[in-house]
Amino acid sequence: MAVDGGPGGAADGITGGAAGGRTGDGAVGGPEGAASAVRGDAARGGPSDGAFIELDRVEKVFDVRRRTGFLKRERRRVRAVDDLSFTVARGETVGYIGPNGAGKSTTIKMLTGILTPSGGRLRVAGIEPSRERTRLAQRIGVVFGQRTTLWWDLPLVDSYRLMHRMYRIPDARYRANLDRLVEHLDLGPLLDTPVRQLSLGQRMRGDIAAALLHDPEVLYLDEPTIGLDVISKARVRDFLRELRDERGTTVLLTTHDLQDIEQLCSRVMVIDHGRLMYDGPLAGLHEAGESERILVVDLDRELPPVDAPAPARVVKVEGPRQWLAFPSSVSAAPLVARIAAEYPLVDLSVREPDIEAVIARMYAGQGNRAASRPPTSIA
Amino acid sequence: MDETGRATGSGRGALSEAGGGPAPGRGPVAARPVLPGPARRPAVFSPFGEGVRVYGLIAGMWVRSAMTYRASFLLTAFGNLLVTGLDFVALVLMFSQVDSLAGWTLPEVAFLYGLSATAFGIADLTFGSMDVLGARMRDGSFDTLLVRPAPVLAQVAADRFALRRLGRITQAVLVLAYGLLRVDVDWTAAKVLLMPVVLVSGALIFCALFTAGAAFQFVAQDAAEVQNAFTYGGTTLLQYPPGVFGKDVVRGVTFVLPLAFVNWVPGAYVLGRPYPLGLPGWAAFAPPVVAAGCCALAGLAWRAGLRMYRSTGS
Amino acid sequence: MGAGRLYPAVAVGGFRRYATYRAATAAGVFTNTVFGLILVYTYLALWDEKPHLGGYDQAQAVTYVWLGQALYSTLALQGGGVEKELMARIRTGEIAVDLYRPADLQLWWLASDMGRAVFQILGRGVVPFVFGALVFDMAVPDDPFAWAAFAVALLPAMVVSFGIRYLAALSVFWLMDGTGVSQAVMVLGIFCSGMVLPLNAFPGVLGDIVRALPWAAQLQMPADVLLGRTAPVAAYAFQAAWAVALLAAGRLVQAAATRRVVVQGG
Repeated sequence: MAVDGGPGGAADGITGGAAGGRTGDGAVGGPEGAASAVRGDAARGGPSDGAFIELDRVEKVFDVRRRTGFLKRERRRVRAVDDLSFTVARGETVGYIGPNGAGKSTTIKMLTGILTPSGGRLRVAGIEPSRERTRLAQRIGVVFGQRTTLWWDLPLVDSYRLMHRMYRIPDARYRANLDRLVEHLDLGPLLDTPVRQLSLGQRMRGDIAAALLHDPEVLYLDEPTIGLDVISKARVRDFLRELRDERGTTVLLTTHDLQDIEQLCSRVMVIDHGRLMYDGPLAGLHEAGESERILVVDLDRELPPVDAPAPARVVKVEGPRQWLAFPSSVSAAPLVARIAAEYPLVDLSVREPDIEAVIARMYAGQGNRAASRPPTSIA
Repeated sequence: MDETGRATGSGRGALSEAGGGPAPGRGPVAARPVLPGPARRPAVFSPFGEGVRVYGLIAGMWVRSAMTYRASFLLTAFGNLLVTGLDFVALVLMFSQVDSLAGWTLPEVAFLYGLSATAFGIADLTFGSMDVLGARMRDGSFDTLLVRPAPVLAQVAADRFALRRLGRITQAVLVLAYGLLRVDVDWTAAKVLLMPVVLVSGALIFCALFTAGAAFQFVAQDAAEVQNAFTYGGTTLLQYPPGVFGKDVVRGVTFVLPLAFVNWVPGAYVLGRPYPLGLPGWAAFAPPVVAAGCCALAGLAWRAGLRMYRSTGS
Repeated sequence: MGAGRLYPAVAVGGFRRYATYRAATAAGVFTNTVFGLILVYTYLALWDEKPHLGGYDQAQAVTYVWLGQALYSTLALQGGGVEKELMARIRTGEIAVDLYRPADLQLWWLASDMGRAVFQILGRGVVPFVFGALVFDMAVPDDPFAWAAFAVALLPAMVVSFGIRYLAALSVFWLMDGTGVSQAVMVLGIFCSGMVLPLNAFPGVLGDIVRALPWAAQLQMPADVLLGRTAPVAAYAFQAAWAVALLAAGRLVQAAATRRVVVQGG
């Protein structure tokens, strides 16, 4: 149905998929969403239930050896990913966020077949990535934000020619895709420029094009906007939106930048300590946070977390500035009065909840680890 | 370029794979939703053939990259010839002081040198950059190779492919030619036929060493230099007659790390000299078998190393 | 920070940086030992044919081999010290930042390279030498003055080594790619420093030439001082002359290179 349905049809399909309930395991995408989003999956031998990416109790355990003395070493088992289950329907754009070391890149590495899971079941397009790495590679695109795969000393187009031949992309399709990507990512004037002369933003666009030349069904983006200026960020986001709306490519992106998620993703997964903390629509994430507001206080010097009356609590300390979360239903006045009376208060402001606050609050639920974590570093 | 499908409408109807794609022109028409993926599941290609093909592609990119610094390329190609020639100059210097070394004359040693250095040169050209693997693992760029639809070994072997290494082969072949012209040998059909076989086998033995060295970097990422002891050290060792070295060294180089089959054993056969360690007569024809064994073992080591990387991520 | 404390601090930094690569150091020790073994056997065969070649007896020849392996990394005889980093900085343009630092470019890199060299003696040099002394018959002096004289000779040897590599690195300002120059440094280093054969054993005019070049100040001079084959003062004078000449040349080229950067607009 969506085969020649044009942009509208495809977009509908995606919205349908995203609208389906997704809080529980496996309950992803209503049947109608799946049907329209999957589009002829049977022909490709993929799964028929609409779950394009499927993780069932996946775990990854590392043995970490640490030097504890001159010759002494300590062995420790680390669960980088712990009992992770989720599914992503074809055509969805999902934001995958969490603090550094939460297990994001380990998950992506397992999804792309780089790493072998220690346990559980993992399928992408019906393929077990670690077993059929090269077959899967034909169907996925990967962009590592801080690591270009373009050829440094050669004109940009040479990297594309390599992709053309390495992925055995039929000539006509290669030309069509290259033209389209060049136009949408505004790469025309850059094609003959050596990659080393490109700016960071230009290089990122170049990398995204390289990852899409072979028409991957899913695109993994690791920090696609990191280090880019505002204009470059906007351009990359515009392109990814088009990709989502017009081509129905499944996109999984990790990011530090919440604007990426606000503008691109209808669904967010938050991971920490290798476990899925939240999985649902962006709106739900907002909702969850609306029950709390944040009081930002500036003291005149660095102090230990202020002793706030429950249920208010400190969620972050950064120098003399402290962030306190308190229920939205409660007035801020008594809290402010108390802090003003007991601490050298310089300035303060009350912030309405945003995603950052919500995520900070989710971490706060896990004890003191969160207290020192700035909400800005959630991805 | 495909000019037939210069569609200007909504992009509908442009469905066939090879047919009218969006116009190459820069009009706002390229929004045709091309289906992701299907209809091009390629036939199954043999991993070996695919490896060779991808190796060629990547090596070509490196060659073109090197050509962007043309002056430096020429300088390095020449430098490579000089650098490798120094080994032989050292031999000539030694023979400027003496007439024979452990009973071997300069042409005989040149013959040994030529066999070893040519075999090593071929391996160095094709597999010689695998010592950057450890660095690639550290900076994370190794992961980008694992998401390509190509054998990882081929991609790693082609990494930093450098034509300047032809300098080494050139130099080695010159020395080999000098040795062949000056040695006193009763050439038989068997001896003549043995020559190319020995060179190819020797190259394969060294390729296996490079691969095993690369596999070792999965265990110790910073220890790339260890493989130099076996590869560069190996070829340096083979440039001298076996009689120079202690019995234990010769035993180790024959039975443990079978480098002796690169040149010492077949070389002794051609020159009509006694075999090292009193090996049986057929040993001179063993190099292909030895090479096959080395490659098989190196392949296993590589697979084990890669499997380890993929389970530990480091 | 005054210069009196700045450059020692840079040197300590250089030492520490190399000290962090433990596995690489172990690998280097192993490789140097293997090459030492190969060379020792060939030298023994050579000196068997021609005793007293170059004025060395067999034990002295063996000692020379292990000294070469011990000092191979310290003197960066094939290149591979801080000049690689300097070349990379020039190529990427980061050198412009260095030029605005309130420190002398040449002294800064010299200090860093000295730190590296001292680490390499301890990390990579001692073990192969001790291995050689345990396994082979060596002519190691028991006179502490010979060792002290040898240690003194190492200092100008390090400076000469740096002087050559610094010039090579600066050439990248013009060539933009250091691979070729590095290779030239390697060729000359292996051949002219006496890594393949002691310079004393080089025949005729060739021998006279290589013994007069700066590379002779690196391995040959300290070795001859240790083996009691030359008067330390004569060796020091030769080394110091080359050290001064190379550092001066380095300053001249550096000035030209700096002008070039300024003209290009940094």
